[in-house]
Amino acid sequence: MRDTRSRLLILITPPALLLIMFFVLPMLNMATFSFRQGAFGEERHMWTLAHYREFLRNTAFQRLLGRSIAMAFETSLYCIILAYPLAYFLIFRAGERRVALLTLVLVPAWTSFLLRILAWKLILSSEGLLSGLLQAVGLLAEPKPVLLYSRAAVVVALTYSWLPFVALPIFAALERIDPHLLEAAADLGCPPWRAFLRVTLPLSLPGVVAGFFFVFIPTLGEWVTPALVGGVDGIMYGNIIQDQFVRGLNWPMGALMSLVMLLAMLVLLGLLVWLLKALHVELGDLIG
Amino acid sequence: MRRRFFSAAWAYYILLVIFLYLPIGLLIVFSFNDSPMVVFPLKGFTLKWYGALAQAREMLAALRNSLILGLASSAVATFLGTMAALAAVRYRFPGRGVFMAVSAMPLVIPYVVLGVALLILFSTFNIERSLFTVGIGHIVINIPYVMLIVGARLVGFPSSLEEAAMDLGATYWGTLRRVTIPIAMPAIVAAFLTSFTTSFDEFAVSFFLTGTEVTLPIYVYSQLRFPSRLPVVITLSAIVMTGSVALLLFAESLRRKG
Repeated sequence: MRDTRSRLLILITPPALLLIMFFVLPMLNMATFSFRQGAFGEERHMWTLAHYREFLRNTAFQRLLGRSIAMAFETSLYCIILAYPLAYFLIFRAGERRVALLTLVLVPAWTSFLLRILAWKLILSSEGLLSGLLQAVGLLAEPKPVLLYSRAAVVVALTYSWLPFVALPIFAALERIDPHLLEAAADLGCPPWRAFLRVTLPLSLPGVVAGFFFVFIPTLGEWVTPALVGGVDGIMYGNIIQDQFVRGLNWPMGALMSLVMLLAMLVLLGLLVWLLKALHVELGDLIG
Repeated sequence: MRRRFFSAAWAYYILLVIFLYLPIGLLIVFSFNDSPMVVFPLKGFTLKWYGALAQAREMLAALRNSLILGLASSAVATFLGTMAALAAVRYRFPGRGVFMAVSAMPLVIPYVVLGVALLILFSTFNIERSLFTVGIGHIVINIPYVMLIVGARLVGFPSSLEEAAMDLGATYWGTLRRVTIPIAMPAIVAAFLTSFTTSFDEFAVSFFLTGTEVTLPIYVYSQLRFPSRLPVVITLSAIVMTGSVALLLFAESLRRKG
C-alpha cells in the first residue's frame, strides 16, 4: 500500500508540477495582473479597477467578442455541413478504401498552418487565382481582390483549415453505428431518409458535437488568420488582445480581455457538458 | 437510381479533395515559378529558388531552431505526458478527476490566452524570453495530446500482464521498463511525432514567447510583408510540408497498428 502510494507520487509529481507552474499559476497570475495600473515601472505596483471600468464602458470590445463568437459558430457550422456528407460517404459508400480515402482528406491539415493561410491570400488577391478566373469568364473587368480583407475571407480560410478535423470525429461516430440497426429499420418498412433521421443522425450526434468544438475553441481564439486575410472588416477579439501586448502596450487591459475570453470559453464548455448529458453521451466517447 | 447517387457522392468527395489540395498545390507550383513575384500568370519553370535556399542563412537558422525546439519540447512532453497517463489510467486516487481535468485544460483554452498568460508570467518573474520559454509553451500544449494517445493504448491492454510480471518477481520499475513501456511504445512514438509536428508548426503561442532566436513559423510570418522574399520562403515550406506529411503518415500508421 505504501509502495503503491510512493510509485504514484513519483509518476504524478513531475507532470503535475509542470502544469501547476506553467498552466495554473500563469492563469491566476493573469487574473491578478488585470488589476494592475500598468505593466512596467511604478505602475506595476499600483492596483486599480480602471481596466474593468474601461472594458464595461467600451461596448466595442463586447461587440467584437460577440462577433468573434458568431464567426467561430459560423465556421464550425460550415465545417459540419461540408464534413458530414463526406464522412457519410466514406462510411456507407466507400467500402474497404474508407481509411485511405479519409487519410487523403486529413493530409492537407498536417501542412503548415501559416502557409495555408498565405495560399488563400494568393487565391483571393488581385493577381490571384480567383480574380484571374473571374476575369477569364468575364465576371470581373479588372484585376481586383476577391473577398480578401473581409470577414468572409476569414471564415473561408478557417473553414478550409478545420474541415478535416471535423470529418474525423463524425467518421468515428458513424463507424460505430451497428449496420444491423439500419437493416432492421429497412425490414420494418422504414424509408431510407427516415432511417437516416431517426437512427443514423441521432447516433452520430456525439461526433458532430465533438467536431463542432474542435473548430469552435481554436477559432474563437484566432488572431493569426484575421491578421493575414481579415483586414479591418475581418478583425477578431484575439486581435485586440494581441494588440494590447504588441502595440498598445497596455498589458493589464490585455490580461483582462484574455480573462474574459477564458471565462466565455468555460461558460460555453459548461453548456457543452450540459448538452451532452441531455443527449446521454459520455465525454470519453467523444475522443474515440 | 442507386448507381446515380453513388457517383454523385464520388463527385462530392473529389470536389472536396480538390478544394483541400488546391491551396497547397498552388504553393508547390509557385516554388518552381520563374518570377520573383508570387502572382499569376506563371512565368515558366525554374529550380533557382531551391538553389537559393542554401544562401538563405537566417531562414536556415530559424529552421535549425525549430528542429531543436521541436525535438527537445516533444521529448519532455512525451516523457511527462506518459507519466501522467500511467498515473491516470493505472491508479485510483483522490483528486484524480481534478488532475485529469487540469491536464486536459490546455486543449480547450484558446492559444492566445495561453500565450498571453505565459508572457505575463515570464515578465513577472523577469525571465528573459528565448527558445526555452517557447519550449515551455509547447510542452504545456502537447502534454494533453500525449496523455490521450498513450492513455488510449494503456486502457487497451489489461494490467494483468503487469501483475503477472510482478508475481514472477519483477520490481515495479522493472515491469514498467520491460513490459509496460515496450507494449505502449507505438503510442509513445506516435505521441512524440505528433508533438514534434505541432511544435514545429506552432505560431500563435510562440509569437508571444519568442526572444531573439526565432522559430521557422515566426520567421515566415515576419517575411510575409516582404514580397521579394516570398519565393524562397514558399520553397522551403514546400519541402517542410512534404517532410511533415511523411512523418505524420508514419505516426498515424503506428497509432493504428497499436
